[in-house]
Amino acid sequence: MAQTKQKRFLIRTLILTVLAVAIIYTIYNNATKDKFEVLGVGDEAPDFTLVDLNGEEHRLSDYKGQGVFLNFWGTWCKPCAKEMPAMDRQYEVFKDQGVQILAVNIAQSNFEVERFADQYGLDFPIVIDKTKSVMEAYNIDPLPTTLLINPDGEIEKIVRGEMTEQDIALFMEQIRPE
Amino acid sequence: MTLVSISGNLLFVAFICYLIATLFFGGAVKGSKPETSDSEKRWGRIGIIVTIVGFIANLAYFITRWIAAGHAPVSNLFEFTTAFGMMVVGAFILIYFIYRTPSLGLFALPIAIIIIGFASMFPRDINPLIPALKSYWLTVHVITAALGEAILAISAVAGLIYLLKNVDVTKRSKQSFWLEAVMFTLVLTLGFVASTTTFSVMDYEAKFSYVDKEQKDQEITYNTPPIFGMNEYKALTPGTMTPLAEMPPLVNAKKLTTVTWSLLFGVVLYGLIRLIIRKPIAAVLKPFAQKANSQLMDEIGYRAVSIGFPVFTLGALIFAMIWAQEAWSRFWGWDPKEVWALITWLFYAAFLHLRLSRGWHGEKSAWLAVIGFIIIMFNLIAVNLIIAGLHSYA
Amino acid sequence: MNNIICACGHENPEGTVLCGNCGRPLTKEAKDLKLADMRYEGSARRSQTYNKSIIDKIWNFFSSVKIGVTIIIMILVAAAIGTILPQVLYVPASTEADIAAYYERVYGTFGKIYYELGLSDLYGSWWFQTLIGMLGISLIVASLDRFIPLYNSLKKQRTRRHESFMKRQRLFALGESVGQETLTKSEAKLKELRYDVKREDGALLAEKGRFSRWGPYVNHVGLIIFLFGVMLRALPGFYVDETMWIREGETRAIPEAPGYYLESKDFILETYDKEQADEVFGDAIERVGTIASNYQTDVVLYKKPESALPGQTENLEEVKKESIQVNKPLKFDGFAVYQMDFRLDELKTMHFVLSNKATGESLGDLAIDLVNPETTYDLGNGSSVKLLGYYPDFSGFENGEPQTKSPVPNNPAFLVRMTTPETPKGETSFVAIKQTVEPLGENAYKLEFQNVDTRDVSGLTIRKDKTLWILALGGLIFMIGVAQGSYFNHRRIWIHETKDGQFAVAAHTNKNWFAIKKELDQVTEAAQLPLYKDQQDSESQELKKDGEKSS
Repeated sequence: MAQTKQKRFLIRTLILTVLAVAIIYTIYNNATKDKFEVLGVGDEAPDFTLVDLNGEEHRLSDYKGQGVFLNFWGTWCKPCAKEMPAMDRQYEVFKDQGVQILAVNIAQSNFEVERFADQYGLDFPIVIDKTKSVMEAYNIDPLPTTLLINPDGEIEKIVRGEMTEQDIALFMEQIRPE
Repeated sequence: MTLVSISGNLLFVAFICYLIATLFFGGAVKGSKPETSDSEKRWGRIGIIVTIVGFIANLAYFITRWIAAGHAPVSNLFEFTTAFGMMVVGAFILIYFIYRTPSLGLFALPIAIIIIGFASMFPRDINPLIPALKSYWLTVHVITAALGEAILAISAVAGLIYLLKNVDVTKRSKQSFWLEAVMFTLVLTLGFVASTTTFSVMDYEAKFSYVDKEQKDQEITYNTPPIFGMNEYKALTPGTMTPLAEMPPLVNAKKLTTVTWSLLFGVVLYGLIRLIIRKPIAAVLKPFAQKANSQLMDEIGYRAVSIGFPVFTLGALIFAMIWAQEAWSRFWGWDPKEVWALITWLFYAAFLHLRLSRGWHGEKSAWLAVIGFIIIMFNLIAVNLIIAGLHSYA
Repeated sequence: MNNIICACGHENPEGTVLCGNCGRPLTKEAKDLKLADMRYEGSARRSQTYNKSIIDKIWNFFSSVKIGVTIIIMILVAAAIGTILPQVLYVPASTEADIAAYYERVYGTFGKIYYELGLSDLYGSWWFQTLIGMLGISLIVASLDRFIPLYNSLKKQRTRRHESFMKRQRLFALGESVGQETLTKSEAKLKELRYDVKREDGALLAEKGRFSRWGPYVNHVGLIIFLFGVMLRALPGFYVDETMWIREGETRAIPEAPGYYLESKDFILETYDKEQADEVFGDAIERVGTIASNYQTDVVLYKKPESALPGQTENLEEVKKESIQVNKPLKFDGFAVYQMDFRLDELKTMHFVLSNKATGESLGDLAIDLVNPETTYDLGNGSSVKLLGYYPDFSGFENGEPQTKSPVPNNPAFLVRMTTPETPKGETSFVAIKQTVEPLGENAYKLEFQNVDTRDVSGLTIRKDKTLWILALGGLIFMIGVAQGSYFNHRRIWIHETKDGQFAVAAHTNKNWFAIKKELDQVTEAAQLPLYKDQQDSESQELKKDGEKSS
């Protein structure tokens, strides 16, 4: 008798707990849904290949062993325009230490991108994501967004919005190979 | 004659048949003899035959209009409400052949008549389908939902008869007050029909310009004398009545005016009826319900809900969700019409639980059935006219 | 636990109203009732039996139908409140501040309060979801609590019931039978009426449609599955809801659908033509104005080869060509792409003529592709136009520098150098719509705007919903259950011979008494059973008497 009673107690406790946990988890998930990321720090950076202004192909995985400073931008985007000269200066410092910059433009015309690169005298490779497929793969929003990819090909940090030159230097230091 | 005008005439024939049939059903329950006696049966038989003739005319209206339009005639408020009225009659005929009670017809037909009369107050043009409605789910979803609602409406009719019979209307009580309130609401609907008809016979039209809630300039045409003016209105038709009050941009003063006129007509109509009969309407109708068997009405009420609930679920929720997934990319979007279908469904679910598990039979059950019908009518009318949403096509 | 021992010797769990064996009423209340309360066969709800620990108390709370109905009503009222004003979803504002401002601006103080109380996102609120969750718990607990005892008591019901049970049934008869072999005749008739008949010395139990009693539990299972499906949608990966804007001629990666690309060939907007529409629709078009008949995007769906990486778009494989229309989404690989929105006539190409300002003489024309402008446009005859700058959405100058506020060619502007045989050094001009600036002094030549080519933009929604089949299954099971419980009914007729040679007849159904009465009438006639009475229906007895008098 006492045994069935105990069994019943256990079953009821189990059912109620499972239901309560499921409901709380659902509500929590619904509340935080917007903040949910497809890609997070520590994930492997999805590989891609894009063509730069000189017609050269850049494949992310070719840079394994180097740190990659992956910047998504557009010519109309003011903060992008502000941080790019700073990026260029830091590029000069770090490019021999194994840190590469890849600036991914979002589906603009070659003309606009070339004009922009000329105007600011940018030396790092600029690639254009014509079909927005890399942007989709990285789930980019807003511009600029910068991903720091370490020499192992893992995402070290995701930076949304504008960076100061100090930030940029610090970030590049972070993904510099030993 | 075009198919469209044939269709319109058929609807009129149906309307007249329902009126006549009501009289015969009235004859069947009047007199001192019980409902089941031979002479009463004869009246009842004629009543149901006339009803069926009307229903066939009504179906013919539906089919000819379908052929003329090329799509099921359920795509605007007039068409949907008319179809709903037709299905109420259909559901009544079905229930009549199970239970053979003329009392039910005496109350179900007038309600169908009011519904169809109400429907004809809206624009009766045949609309071409907008892209969102171009789907066979329009036919499937709307017809099933309307059928479910019509069957559920029969439960309210049975409930109403039960209440008329069992509530003591000579005494002042909550019950007799609310029963009379239900009667008053029915008269208000007639008030709407009366006011709309009056002004449309007069061919009343008054144009105004106004500023809407988004600060844009708009124009609006009233078909009733404007009691309320739109935000910052300016009259464009000379010689029409000046609105008595201006409304803030949030309020649609035209609709408010229509409602006010309906209320005025309704109240005057109700006052006149009370003046002539010198007692509550419920008290006048009570003798007509006296012949009905309470147990049978209770059972019909419950039976109608148990037949109608699955049909309603299928049409108004499941088919609705399938279509919404196909047309709007999501099966559920908390659109007001969707929400009110859910509310209706939840209400009848509560009704069934209260009845089955808590033993709410008889009067309680009858009240619930009447409230359920009010919710259905609210979803049909108020949600379309007052609460704007994806469903307000009319 | 105190079991109740019935007079027949059967042990019933605490809370039982009618003995599970013989049907005698066990509680004082049940004994006082004229008619037995047949809900759940008078068996004890399991929860009533144990009520000691806090878990039992919570369990009992959710097991109660009263609580269940209360939750339903609360959801109902809350849902209704949510329809008073449009929900956030339908409000044309995106940021919190805009939304707050919108409610206050459009709906005044009431709107402000509505927003502040969180009613503008009522269906997404934690408390509304909690209510739905509680309804789910109630469904599970209450069903478990009732189904098991009901199942047991129907499974082991006895053929002979005690007289006190019989006489408390709504349809009951006790009296002499005039005929012979009453039970055998009854059995034959009942079998003809498709009852299952059980006999046991001097007693008979006929039953049909027992499975309808499981209807409520089946439909509850359906609802639980449905709610489970809804719950899964909150988990990542079960559900994709994205939008994309695609212009005619563009090829774009489909958001959240890795490896898939969509090319827009054409956007089509059609309206009903008043001239061509037959007379049927004439009035409606007259009254309403233009009525759209079709929104359509003709697309080509591509998939990248297995080995290709994002960004590699040279070797896309065509999957299919399709026209996406409202109500006809493009479907592939669990995804569906819907026609949801459109923008007409976005600028695509601008046509200019290079002309002499004084003479008006034209040196040739050029077309600038706003999506992919070229650097130099050679007009032949020694004239050319060189593009120095392109500002697709020109928004003014900043430090003398032209600015663009977006990459979309809403207001294109160009900085150009025009070279002609007459002006071999070139003249610089800034050309925008309805505006020309000559920053380096008066020019002899100008770019004269001719016309534009436009293209349309389609707004598409991309969905993937892995829970759909679960929801569909839940819906299907619900419908089966609700039909099973509504369109069938469980009827039982008990007949037995009493000790003094009389016959007792009782009948019960969970609904549709009208039908069981008809059947009982037939059995009564065939086996000459005593006439039964409907003990709940006092009116028809009186009427019958009246009828007898009058006829």
